[in-house]
Amino acid sequence: MALRVAVLGGIALVLFAVVFFRLWYLEVLSGDQYVVQANENQVREVRIQAPRGDIVDRYGRPIVRNRMANTVQIELARLPAPGAPRRRVYRRLGEVLQMSPREIQRTVVEQRKALPYANVTVKQDVSLSAMNYIKERQPRFPGVTVEPVFLRRYPYGHLAAQMLGYVGRITRKELKEERFKGVHPQAVVGQAGLEWQYDRYLRGRDGATLLSINSLGQSRGFLRRREPVPGRNLKLSLDLGLQQAGQIALARAGHGNPGGFVALDPRNGQVLALGSVPSFNPTVFAKPLLQSTYRALTSQSTGAPLFNRAIAGAYPTGSTFKPITALAGLSSGVITPFTVINDAGCLTVGLTRFCSPGNVGHGAVALSRAIQVSSDVFFYTVGRDLDPIKGQPLQHWARKLGLGRKTGIDVPEEARGNVPDRAWRARLGRAELRCRRAKHVPTCGISDMRAWSTGDNVNLSIGQGDLLASPLQMAVAYSTIANGGKVLRPHLGLEVDDSEGRLIQEIDPPPSRRVKIPPAYRDAIMQGLHAAASAPGGTSADVFAGWPQAHLPVFGKTGTAQRPNQPDQSWYVCYVPNRTRPIVLAVTIERGGFGASAAAPAARLILSKWFGVKAKFIAGKSRTQ
Amino acid sequence: MNTTPIHDPKAPAGTPPRSTLLFFDPLLLLATLGLAACSLIVLKGATRDDIPGQPDYFVTRQGVYFGVGLILLTILWRIDYSRLRELRYGIYGLLMTSILAVLALGVTAKGAQRAIQLPFFSFQASELGKVLLVVTLAAVVVERSRNIGQRETTALVMLLALVPAFFVIAQPDLGSGLVYIVIALAVLFVAGASWRHFAGLFALAAVAVTLVLVGAPAAGVQVLKPYQVDRLTAFLNPTDNPQKQGYQQLQSKIAIGAGQKTGRGERNATQTKGNFLPEHHTDFIFAVVGERFGFVGAALVLSLYALLIWRALRILTVAKNLFGALVAGGVVGMLLFQVFVNVGMTLGIMPITGIPLPLMSYGGSSVLTTLLALGLLQSIYAQGRAASAHKSFGPRL
Repeated sequence: MALRVAVLGGIALVLFAVVFFRLWYLEVLSGDQYVVQANENQVREVRIQAPRGDIVDRYGRPIVRNRMANTVQIELARLPAPGAPRRRVYRRLGEVLQMSPREIQRTVVEQRKALPYANVTVKQDVSLSAMNYIKERQPRFPGVTVEPVFLRRYPYGHLAAQMLGYVGRITRKELKEERFKGVHPQAVVGQAGLEWQYDRYLRGRDGATLLSINSLGQSRGFLRRREPVPGRNLKLSLDLGLQQAGQIALARAGHGNPGGFVALDPRNGQVLALGSVPSFNPTVFAKPLLQSTYRALTSQSTGAPLFNRAIAGAYPTGSTFKPITALAGLSSGVITPFTVINDAGCLTVGLTRFCSPGNVGHGAVALSRAIQVSSDVFFYTVGRDLDPIKGQPLQHWARKLGLGRKTGIDVPEEARGNVPDRAWRARLGRAELRCRRAKHVPTCGISDMRAWSTGDNVNLSIGQGDLLASPLQMAVAYSTIANGGKVLRPHLGLEVDDSEGRLIQEIDPPPSRRVKIPPAYRDAIMQGLHAAASAPGGTSADVFAGWPQAHLPVFGKTGTAQRPNQPDQSWYVCYVPNRTRPIVLAVTIERGGFGASAAAPAARLILSKWFGVKAKFIAGKSRTQ
Repeated sequence: MNTTPIHDPKAPAGTPPRSTLLFFDPLLLLATLGLAACSLIVLKGATRDDIPGQPDYFVTRQGVYFGVGLILLTILWRIDYSRLRELRYGIYGLLMTSILAVLALGVTAKGAQRAIQLPFFSFQASELGKVLLVVTLAAVVVERSRNIGQRETTALVMLLALVPAFFVIAQPDLGSGLVYIVIALAVLFVAGASWRHFAGLFALAAVAVTLVLVGAPAAGVQVLKPYQVDRLTAFLNPTDNPQKQGYQQLQSKIAIGAGQKTGRGERNATQTKGNFLPEHHTDFIFAVVGERFGFVGAALVLSLYALLIWRALRILTVAKNLFGALVAGGVVGMLLFQVFVNVGMTLGIMPITGIPLPLMSYGGSSVLTTLLALGLLQSIYAQGRAASAHKSFGPRL
């Protein structure tokens, strides 16, 4: 028996040794790690939303601010189990919020699918009485909370709506992106426009209340508070007064037709005004967007107010392209500033006759005069002569001045546009062939399989054919000519300020590149542009009748772009030099008709505002392209 | 017929010498009282917020259980345990009746039918059954002590344990059922059953476990409830399933680990206070010790258990007869198994079987059973010392 007792004792000894060693391992060797886990277990962060920064204009006038709104949210973990008890909560909540229980149910399911762990926002901006009702009867609304939330407020309504963009709850996809690193899964971030572009500065950093909780998630007490850091304010180069004048001018000149305009400082690329009509009130984005509202914002029948025509609209430019043709002709030696070409009204290239409107000729014209009266035949001839030259100088110059590529403005969704050339046509043809082979159809509509011809170049020379450019691109191209070769990178952001308005960071991107424009060429073109806006016979001279040309000379070109299956599009691009406030302005109005009849008068209204000249609306008589 | 082999023929049968009154094992008593004190201190802190408005609910009750248990212990100490041998059939009958009664009219607690509701107290028959089984099996083995090497003896003892174990597992209380089997093994081992028999039993056990866990489910028969299988296998990989079976064990490990060397104190014991640690007053009370008092406190409690086991083994050797030695052996097996499995469970090296920690866990049935077993040990010690006191004097530990 002694042996058996010894064995039993041995077993006990071994078991105790095992337990002691394990205890030592857990508590002493890996204790730190378990302390961390125990703390993670019991601490819950309740987010405190950081107020988002304001967006202000160049004089500090707020365009976008915050306001507090009471928001009803549902915390799924604390909601009663699905079935009758949950339906009862939905029904009670529905009575308070004037929503149907089914509607609430649908909201919960939808938002939960989008963000599985976040609280569900049932209704924003609830009335004070509804809030008090719920708060006073909290036990009857398990899982329902009413919390103040910052919403975006737009004191100027429709003004500059498209570029501002909007904010929204961060999506699951965005959470994985580098630019939203470290953002709370329930945070509200910029989703479009400037709100998206400058989100990093505007969003601030959310704070948190750290609570100690038990295993059921009930609070056991307050631990500490991490203060939220408010977002930075963004100061834009925009001038609200000019912006307003622009939107009003376009609405007046366009008679309800959609259009866009851009005003740039040709020295540094600051955007002074940038707008698109029709516009909308961005407040609709402050609350959950209804499908019908979104459709109204994007449909063709309403003029797609959400669409920013100034930067995302790509159109043929009509005669406003002519200074670019002139520059290409001059620098490749096809013409000199003094080359005279006889404008007989039409030009035959190969088998095609290219004619001016009404086949009216301007007689023998040199470059300046050709720009002044917008002689088509002069530029047809230049376009024809540029075509055979190696490297397609016309397209080359268009690209050098910023067409057919993004300008790099600090608003997303900019249009690239198109500068058509031989290679582009060939590419289209290949795509068409591939498509036909893949789908076994006679035609895909990508291309008519026509090769590049001189006629294409002739069309391009007056901004027709397959050319596509946005008002912003035209403004950049004219700025380049105006400032002697700096291709600007336009920007809306001017400064990042702290919440008291102190400067944190200046935004001043350098020009994208420099183009060499010999002064003699520039002078010839500018002379023509000025004559066009001021001298008798100039295409927009009558529009600027009475304008103080002596101290505010206007250098402007009209454009009338022919578009398939719709009325002509009206264009006007101009430059007004000034020691302190020079400006380049591009205006386009879809279906606006001749450049002189819609876009140019609108431009005059905008310039009047900028220089403090008495506003006068004169629709021009010029019927040129 | 007197079948007690170790017996002093000169001592008058039935009447213990007067000096028995003075004989008791002080170290065993120290360990008993020490653990009882630990239990009350730990329960006081851990259950303060469990029942709103009644911070001392569990402590008061546990205190009463200890009081009643210590009285029972004293009574058992004062009587000659050898008499219990004659009552073996009655005791076994009581064991079976109470277990079957629980199955028939017991109350359900957490999905298991383990207790009979008495006016003040829900009585867990499977707990008391442990000590009843020890006495019965020891008596049976004594009866067949001349045939201890025979296969029939081993088979009989195992059968006597397996029948109640089966019904207890059916309650379902897997932990207590396993304790019954361990008690039988311990009694047989101390009695000197052949090593070959143990080898055979282990082989049988291996086959049975395989059948229960793998064979029977494959054939469509569920011997264990699904949650039992989950609990038994979860400890192998607790992080696999942190929300379900692995959860308790993970939280227990976090609690113990977070205690570090000297513990987090009562206020900061968030695992216990925040109720992350399940069953912190019963099965997982050792994790509470670990979190609140750290390695120092947990090691102290373990040392008290080591002292308890050592004294029990020592008493086994001073018993005046085989019956006493076998009872002591059964108690050693019972306590050692429960302590190891329970502590091992909180430390994540043993599966969750629902075995309480003797003397520490809250619960009247468990406390009373353990104190009864310790009363038997004191009685064996006193009788053994009294028997040897005729030959020599002086204290002997």
